Amino acid sequence: MRTKDISYWLFLAPVLIALFLVVVVPMLLGVYYSFTSWNGIVTGDFVGLQNYINLFKDERFMDALWFTTKFSVVSVILINVIGLSLALLVTSYLKTSKLLRTIFFMPNLIGGLILGFIWQFIFIKVFAGVGEMIGMESLQGWLSTTETGFWGLVILMSWQMAGYIMVIYIAYLEGMPKELLEASEIDGASTVQRFRYIVFPLVAPGFTVSMFLTLSNAFKLYDQNLSLTGGGPFNSTEMVAMEIFKTAFTQNDFAFAQAKAVVFFIIVAIIALLQVYFNKRKEVEM
Amino acid sequence: MRKKRNYKLEILGIFLALIWLAPFYLMLVNSFKSKREIFTNTISLPETWNLDNYIEAFQELDFLRTLFNSLLITVSSVVLIIIFSAMAAYALSRVKSKISTVLFFTFVAAMLIPFQSVMIPLVTVFGRFEMLNQGGLIFMYIGFGASLSIFLYHGALNNIPKSLDEAATIDGANRFQVFWFIIFPILKPITVTVAILNIIWIWNDYLLPSLVINTPGSETIPLKMFFFFGEYTKQWHLAMAGLTLAIVPVIIFYFFAQRSIIKGVSDGAVK
Repeated sequence: MRTKDISYWLFLAPVLIALFLVVVVPMLLGVYYSFTSWNGIVTGDFVGLQNYINLFKDERFMDALWFTTKFSVVSVILINVIGLSLALLVTSYLKTSKLLRTIFFMPNLIGGLILGFIWQFIFIKVFAGVGEMIGMESLQGWLSTTETGFWGLVILMSWQMAGYIMVIYIAYLEGMPKELLEASEIDGASTVQRFRYIVFPLVAPGFTVSMFLTLSNAFKLYDQNLSLTGGGPFNSTEMVAMEIFKTAFTQNDFAFAQAKAVVFFIIVAIIALLQVYFNKRKEVEM
Repeated sequence: MRKKRNYKLEILGIFLALIWLAPFYLMLVNSFKSKREIFTNTISLPETWNLDNYIEAFQELDFLRTLFNSLLITVSSVVLIIIFSAMAAYALSRVKSKISTVLFFTFVAAMLIPFQSVMIPLVTVFGRFEMLNQGGLIFMYIGFGASLSIFLYHGALNNIPKSLDEAATIDGANRFQVFWFIIFPILKPITVTVAILNIIWIWNDYLLPSLVINTPGSETIPLKMFFFFGEYTKQWHLAMAGLTLAIVPVIIFYFFAQRSIIKGVSDGAVK
């Protein structure tokens, strides 16, 4: 098969057409629309950078961006710490190891929307009930303030994604040569030393993958945000994805929403490229 | 060298597992309680294992139809993604040329684009051509799902020697026969991974179907979940039964394909 053979193009045609119509065309159109006053029906006038200038003055968008950033930083740290701990736990010689993996991973199979609804029930009804029972005032009124909404999202996301990240770390831990660990043990290295000087450097490539995955997942979060807090109270727990959606489909400000969507794309792309670049340099050559 | 089991860690593990399962426990026990009982007690087992909530939720969700819609969309999209991405990856891996490199890079780059960045023009364009229906949705899933699937297939194909193709060609097989009868069967492990990753994603997807097929009768399971969560009233007792119903198919799938699922997800992320 060569590039000029018809079979080459026949093999590629279906996905090329789909990718072109579903991703490439909308992306290019989107960038173009972001420079106009498009309202979904009429393209409108060319307004240059006006949408982009307005966007930095749009308090609601900037708030959402800040909230998303805070949420992503906290979640990435928590998910990776919990995920790695779970991975270390289930790879130490436990009778229940298989069962534990199955349980920790389970939330990942269920949609974020459904998980968000389950946790909404827990935070609102169960927390309040338990709070009353043991007399803890701080368990009342969860999700009704910005702060409890924030931690609600963090808890939900950590519970869901830790098991996913655990699976990734397990892959690296199990690929680790056993002789190295045994040799270090014979040489008298302590558990902490072994983790610091042997396990950690060998699992380092796993960090690339895990950090990248959690960061981009956290930054793009939508379903859980929608079903857990819906952005409330007073839009204070609204994340970027939801803010873009509301600008477009609630306020019908299509061009403005599209400018935000382009900024969103640039941020997500930069995160992805930076992360890969920085972590590549830290990896251990094996 | 055999290690002794560590009982402290064992207990810690079981304790954590119980915490992880707690949300499912709470959902399940409350799905049997009446509205009044949920109000007074959310933690204990229900007074009676009453199925009324399930019967009502089952009807309100039009559950069999909704389940069928979800199955239809997921199965058709995943089958088409597998066929088309495997073919495309085959062409890209067998023809080493500038065009192949550029196309492969385009597919990988497309993975960086978040859905929200193309969402608005996508819906407007497809709306204009009357393509906001189940067929349009499946087509969109092919567009969004192809990148990762091609990437995974491409990696696997590079490990299959070209001499295999050549041998089959000498025996008189054409391009399509070589691919379908010789190469595609060898790709089975990676096909399982591709299938699992796409099933999980499409089955649970909410935003795209909400924009494309949110009309009575064609909703998938995630779209129906809002039914019990009104703006001002929440019917917790029905919601818990409805959510449990929605989760059951996933749990059954997990139970039977557990090993492949965990392996697939891990391979998909690591590669």
